[in-house]
Amino acid sequence: MLGYYVKLALRGFGRDAVLTTLVIIATGIGIGMAATTLTILRAMSAQPIPQKASRLFAVELDNWGPAASQNALNRDQLSYADAAALLDARRAQRQTAMYALSFVASRQGTEVRPVLATARAVGADFFAMFQAPFRAGAPWSAADDAGAVVVLGAQLAQRLFPAGDALGRTVELDRRGYRVVGVLAPWHLQPRVYDLTSRLYQPTEDVFLPLATAIDRQMMSYGSIYCQRPPAPGWNAWLHSECRWLQFWVELPDAAAVRGYRDFLRNYALEQRRDGRFDWPPSFGLYDQRAWLARENMVPESLRISSLLAFGFLAVCLVNAVGLLLAKFRSRGRELDIRRAVGASRRQVFCQCLMEAALVGMAGAIPGLLLAALGLTVERALVREDYAVFTHFDAAAALLTVALAVLAALCAGVYPAWRASRPRSAWRLGSAT
Amino acid sequence: MQLRPIASTLRYNATGVVIIVLQIALTVAILCNALSIIQQQRLRMARPSGVDEADIFTLRNRWATSGTDGDFESLTRADLLVLRGLAGVIDAAAMNSFPLRGYGLTWNVRLRPRQRLPSASSVAVYAGGEQALNALGVRLVAGRWFRPDEIAPFSVSDIGGVSPAEVVITASLARALFPDVGTDAAAVGRVVYLNANASTDVAAQTPTRVIGIVQQAQTPWAAVDGTSLPDRSSMFWPYQYVAPTLAYVVRTRPGRRDAVMRAAEQALFAADPNRIIDEAYTFRTTRALMYRSDRALSVTLAAVSVLLLAVTACGVVGTTAYWVAQRRRQIGIRRALGARRGDILGYFHLENLLIASGGAGLGIALGVALNLAIAAMAPVARMSGAFLGGAALIVLALSQAAVLWPALRAASVPPAEATRSV
Repeated sequence: MLGYYVKLALRGFGRDAVLTTLVIIATGIGIGMAATTLTILRAMSAQPIPQKASRLFAVELDNWGPAASQNALNRDQLSYADAAALLDARRAQRQTAMYALSFVASRQGTEVRPVLATARAVGADFFAMFQAPFRAGAPWSAADDAGAVVVLGAQLAQRLFPAGDALGRTVELDRRGYRVVGVLAPWHLQPRVYDLTSRLYQPTEDVFLPLATAIDRQMMSYGSIYCQRPPAPGWNAWLHSECRWLQFWVELPDAAAVRGYRDFLRNYALEQRRDGRFDWPPSFGLYDQRAWLARENMVPESLRISSLLAFGFLAVCLVNAVGLLLAKFRSRGRELDIRRAVGASRRQVFCQCLMEAALVGMAGAIPGLLLAALGLTVERALVREDYAVFTHFDAAAALLTVALAVLAALCAGVYPAWRASRPRSAWRLGSAT
Repeated sequence: MQLRPIASTLRYNATGVVIIVLQIALTVAILCNALSIIQQQRLRMARPSGVDEADIFTLRNRWATSGTDGDFESLTRADLLVLRGLAGVIDAAAMNSFPLRGYGLTWNVRLRPRQRLPSASSVAVYAGGEQALNALGVRLVAGRWFRPDEIAPFSVSDIGGVSPAEVVITASLARALFPDVGTDAAAVGRVVYLNANASTDVAAQTPTRVIGIVQQAQTPWAAVDGTSLPDRSSMFWPYQYVAPTLAYVVRTRPGRRDAVMRAAEQALFAADPNRIIDEAYTFRTTRALMYRSDRALSVTLAAVSVLLLAVTACGVVGTTAYWVAQRRRQIGIRRALGARRGDILGYFHLENLLIASGGAGLGIALGVALNLAIAAMAPVARMSGAFLGGAALIVLALSQAAVLWPALRAASVPPAEATRSV
């Protein structure tokens, strides 16, 4: 029966070619815009590491107190005192504190020109926690934890060691030597969830070195720093100040561990209160990736506005499609009447019309796909890299487009199909229209 | 008049009418909001930065050596001499940041010592020595700029002890801090506190005097999408910023910018090759880069608007053409009874006008609702009535233009149609 409907529908296409084309174009345009928007939204709010969806948590700890003016923008980092205390306590299965650095990277005695490298001081657990892919070597061992060792990102390793022999060699960062213990494979983390403090797009870093090394060598943070008041001069005063400049992430295997860690944070804050450092009730947070992305407000306002309007546009296209489908089915009045007269049930006529609408939808998916691919390309060209790199037209997006097209066409076609299947008076069979 | 027959015809085709009304209503609602937002973006992108945009270029200089602050200070000084020595350069400064750069330093300003909350928070700080005024081309409207002997070196590790004796602020900051002051000039000489809060020792809180007001200097993040930091409150400190990474700001004579840009990098590398230079942009490029997402939004909205109008036009044409085909016999009868071509044309146009007006009215109401919905998720201005009216008129005009073709086809139905039975 389905095949018969398809045949009827295709024949119907040929008969009202103009109307059919109009409907296909109208739905196609609406679908294309909606698909573009959905793809971008999906990329922006997707969890970058879905395998660790309920295991990775960002820690937030208030060391300024409610009296200090704090907006959401300066609560996402910890002070060194707190980060060091949490690291020492070792209450999480895996944990890391980290901050951003910048170096001039070079190789001594070679023709390779020095290059500006982004860097990050991290704990050894960082790589396992965020699933950094290794091409060679491994994270530094506990023995090397404060040593002059680094892990290189794929691009920098390729730049400095074009022969591919980076492992075990020495790289110079700001004219000091470091041994390469690991080289990463190309690592695209979109968005770079472990540090969202900069509102500009940031790829994964070129160099990773041990946090202990960076602290020992008094390397100042190159990332975002929030201070309630200026710190006293000197590195030690810097470490003991209440400025927040470190991100802190933990990996907790299950819900019980999460509860345990929350209790631990509460007790730590109470302890600080007893010691006189805090004089407010415990104020802290534990955020999984999704909550962290929402909290960091990753979807820019301009995107939200254009999404809303793109869906409004789809609504207009669907209304348009309903109108055109109504006209299409009504011009088929005589044929449908004859079918009813020879015994087709109302339901069968309804299904026939609905199938025609669905086929129109699928046909509309073609211009829709083209428009969506075009829309994403244009978006990428127009927009600052913040989220343009996240969005590409992959198989999932294409599937989404087709599904959307069929769904939209079915929604649009329900009313016209119902109208078309309504019983008509017998005398109309004999008249001209 | 023809209203009676029109009304009864429309009742017969109620569904089709509802469809068109709905389409027009949604189109008006979306169009007026899109136009309003495009206008808002245009105004946002037109905000003056306060600098001499046509003649400035910037670059980021990173020394490829590790050294002490003293080393970096003398290296930077040498660089500035090289840059200022180039032909066509008005001035050059080494700064921590500059307007629309995207990132920089913020500071809280208090009006009294021991004040708990700041009077102005997250004010942008520019530390570029005494050359900053001429290198950026900002306009001093009251008081004076720093003298060379008032400038001291300043690095990030000094940040704890910072307490400038003088400061130059923007006019908007002056108005925010001293609302009781009538003119900008009267704010000169007033005192602020930059290193104080409730818990600092009173003796350690030194006052800072405002010695000058500049008309405008935007903050580095003025163009960042979705930032809640203020975009016009900046202050200049009498410090020369010292660090391994610095932004060099160079202002040239009109028309010389591109030539100097090319010469500058070569001259710097010739003076000392141990460096990395990147982000070499003219200020126009900096502005374009920072406003990219705003421009993208405007383009997207414009595209949506155009497509929307096209789709609605197609809908009107399609439905009306269908009606014309459906009513051929009636049109023929009317023609046979004496209606002229123009009458038929006018009939369809009037019918369309009635439907579209109903749709536009509904659309205005929907437009206001949509504006409220958008305002809930993003900081958009309330739409002025002009956009509502304008959008309604545009869609009405479009609808009338779209109905022309089917109406012409209707008008060309010969009276002989009345006699045909098939």
